Amino acid sequence: MAEITAKVLVVGGGPGGYVTAIRAGQLGLDVVLAEQGGSNGARGGGLGGTCLNVGCIPSKALIHAADAYHRAVDQATSAPFGLKVERPSIDLSRTVEWKDGIVGRLTSGVGSLLKRHRVKILQGHAQMLDGKSCRVDTDTGPQIVRAEHVVLATGSVAATLPALPFGNTIISSTEALSLTAVPSRLAVIGAGYIGLELGTVFAKLGAKVTVIEAEGRLLPAYDAELVRPVAKRLQTLGVETLTRTRAVGLSDAGDAVLVDQEGAPRRGIPADCVLVATGRRARVDGFGLERLDLTVNQGFVQVDEHCATSMRNVWAVGDLTGEPMLAHRAMAQGVVVAEQIAGHRRVFDSDVIPAVCFTDPEIVTVGLAPDDARKAGREIHVAQFPLQANGRALTLAADDGFVRVTARADNHLVLGIAAVGPGVSELSSAFALALEMGARLEDIGGTIHAHPTLGEAFHEASLRALGEALHI
Amino acid sequence: MGIRIVKLPDVGEGVAEAELVEWHVQVGQSVLEDQILAAVMTDKATVEIPSPVAGTVMALGGEVGNTLAVGAELVRLEVSGEGAEEVAAAPREAAAPAARSAPPSPPPAPLPTPAPQPSTRAPTPTPLIRAPSGPPRPPGEKPIASPAVRRQAREAGIDLRQVRGSGPAGRITHDDLDAFLRGGAQPGAAAIRAANAKVETIKVVGLRRRIAQRMADSKRRAAHFAYVEEVDATALEQLRATLNAEKRADRPRLTLMPFLMQAVVKAVAEFPEMNALYDDEAEIIERHGGVHIGVATQTEAGLMVPVVRHCEALSLWELAAEAQRLSQAAREGHATRAELSGSTITITSLGALGGIVSTPVINLPEVAIIGINKEVVRPVWQGSEFVPRTMMNLSSSFDHRVIDGYNAARFIQRIKSLIEAPATLFLEA
Repeated sequence: MAEITAKVLVVGGGPGGYVTAIRAGQLGLDVVLAEQGGSNGARGGGLGGTCLNVGCIPSKALIHAADAYHRAVDQATSAPFGLKVERPSIDLSRTVEWKDGIVGRLTSGVGSLLKRHRVKILQGHAQMLDGKSCRVDTDTGPQIVRAEHVVLATGSVAATLPALPFGNTIISSTEALSLTAVPSRLAVIGAGYIGLELGTVFAKLGAKVTVIEAEGRLLPAYDAELVRPVAKRLQTLGVETLTRTRAVGLSDAGDAVLVDQEGAPRRGIPADCVLVATGRRARVDGFGLERLDLTVNQGFVQVDEHCATSMRNVWAVGDLTGEPMLAHRAMAQGVVVAEQIAGHRRVFDSDVIPAVCFTDPEIVTVGLAPDDARKAGREIHVAQFPLQANGRALTLAADDGFVRVTARADNHLVLGIAAVGPGVSELSSAFALALEMGARLEDIGGTIHAHPTLGEAFHEASLRALGEALHI
Repeated sequence: MGIRIVKLPDVGEGVAEAELVEWHVQVGQSVLEDQILAAVMTDKATVEIPSPVAGTVMALGGEVGNTLAVGAELVRLEVSGEGAEEVAAAPREAAAPAARSAPPSPPPAPLPTPAPQPSTRAPTPTPLIRAPSGPPRPPGEKPIASPAVRRQAREAGIDLRQVRGSGPAGRITHDDLDAFLRGGAQPGAAAIRAANAKVETIKVVGLRRRIAQRMADSKRRAAHFAYVEEVDATALEQLRATLNAEKRADRPRLTLMPFLMQAVVKAVAEFPEMNALYDDEAEIIERHGGVHIGVATQTEAGLMVPVVRHCEALSLWELAAEAQRLSQAAREGHATRAELSGSTITITSLGALGGIVSTPVINLPEVAIIGINKEVVRPVWQGSEFVPRTMMNLSSSFDHRVIDGYNAARFIQRIKSLIEAPATLFLEA
């Protein structure tokens, strides 16, 4: 059996794994990266991982296409700024081709970045044999890799519902991103960001969408204030939302989801397709991780601030290590790990990890929500600035939303920033920078924000928290 | 305007390369003819390289610590008139101390990539700055600092919880961290004894590097063994006191060193294998007729071994004068290359710091080194009573590859008997 040795073995080629490998390569380390998926991205596999192949990127492509189509449909019936469109149509299979092209460009880009930094890529399923060695079953036969450091970056998979196992009409987000025809009736189980993003896509493409959520409201992870504009928009799009409702199975005919709603008898929600989007769990099975002495906590591989596992020189990054399961967190962890292996002193100590929901409108949260801050015993100032008072939002015909700043009352240190509104995802950088730099309200107030931009709402919200807002 | 390339000149016989130890000029500076450009080190001697022409420095050929081959570009000068001429500067053996101080040399600033300032210079005392500090953080409160400050702290091994922030909302700024790293006291933080995790990086260059290489080489190659013997120096000390009391005014004060040198001269006449150089690659031992004694000398820059040549031909007074002259030259940094090489046996003494025993490192390719430990008056049993005697130990190391313990012991015993009966030091054979 062929055997190779390396300084670093990275298991998994998603954002956590490939960034670890690139950074380690840049630092002159000798790196092998094992990735099980084919280059064309089979079911969450392939370089780029879930994010590039079946997550962030393809979903954003479909969100964009669906929104463009839906605007055209709107413009066919009304002409809010004089633009009139005749009978728009969309060929979903071509949309999916276009999306696949983007994914292909990005994954091959990752491949060439890895090659440029002399990372050896092994395509095949990896099995850890012990903390230093791993067997990768490549097309050309099994290969043993012995490495001084192992970085686990196996990611996550969509959580399953026992009552609604995947297959036939029951699909996960992965399949939803490759549907070539719009189902006429779509049931979405789970009103988290994945369910709402994809539910919105298909609603805009013409499906009758029903969202079923066990909790009392949509996007339970976000505070009600931020979710309100999204809920309103879903209503406008004709999406039915059932809260405090559990999906218990498929009807015998297979054309409806059976649900139990609090205080109501069991009933069937007609559906041609059921998208189960009840969250994701760490991919800990099937890699021989059980042969390692890893502390696993609630299904996640436990790591410390160094991203070190309970085994010496075995590191873990990304979704495998728990919430928040976000690509940018995984990438930041990867850099921290690679630099430590190269001998630098590092910890993963970012104050904030921005989170974005690409719903309509978008939601951005960075740092603490007002309630979290209050629970932490803080006296706070909270201020919102509505996009209705922002010139740029009006010119984009997208004025439903606001920017909200939460700061300490005593020294005005900003604790959290959030926004809801069309296109506000791009404000996440400014928000995160402000928090990481330890900005006070005065710092944001004293920074000139370009006019006319949505960012002015951030400026004004900070001024408002100081009682100095100008445009409201 | 033209360009003149000043090359590293031939700085000594058989020298193919030299290490840059100091720049006296920097890029952009104008230099006069004969102004010192740089100091380079060969073996152990420092040689200053003067500029052959007047001009403006365009580029430096390396940074401190680099080794340059003879003939390599040292400095590129822009000169008036036509140029593109390559000039090998004439070396100036660092001899006349007056010339050294002549043109006020600017601080060495190797450009464009300055080496981390290592320096044997005494550290400049940090001015007592008032560390910027805000109010102390309440317990449990997380320190606020930008990612860059956090990284700098992490790399310096600083826990930011120990650092007060002077910025808005108690934010820790780069200045706060720098002040903390400099050890600026943080008022009110006195109760906490902060761990000092400061790590200073010092580039090992010049003499230090040479010493490091030579010492490691010696320990790696020679099969060291030590032999320690106690010597009664009472009679010798009496003789030395008398000679010093009666000496002519123009003669140097006698230390123990010239007597020991004299003893070595006498002893190696009987044990020629001790005054030898062992070329282990050629597997040849060279026994020398001339006794060239290296005298280990501590200088500000580090250990140097100036050599008193042909000790067998020198009188006690001449030995004393020469040893003194050479060690002073070494300390003042103008011992020449010739004066720092060619020894056949070495004596090392730490004087009053001599301790009881030492295990000196052989100065390869020599085969023996004799160390002098401190003299103390001790009660010594002499048949029926204790008498006060001035005692001293000789700690020597030999290369067991070519010197056996038996011979080493006899050699040292011979030196001991010469010292204990100092008159025999001066008997002609």
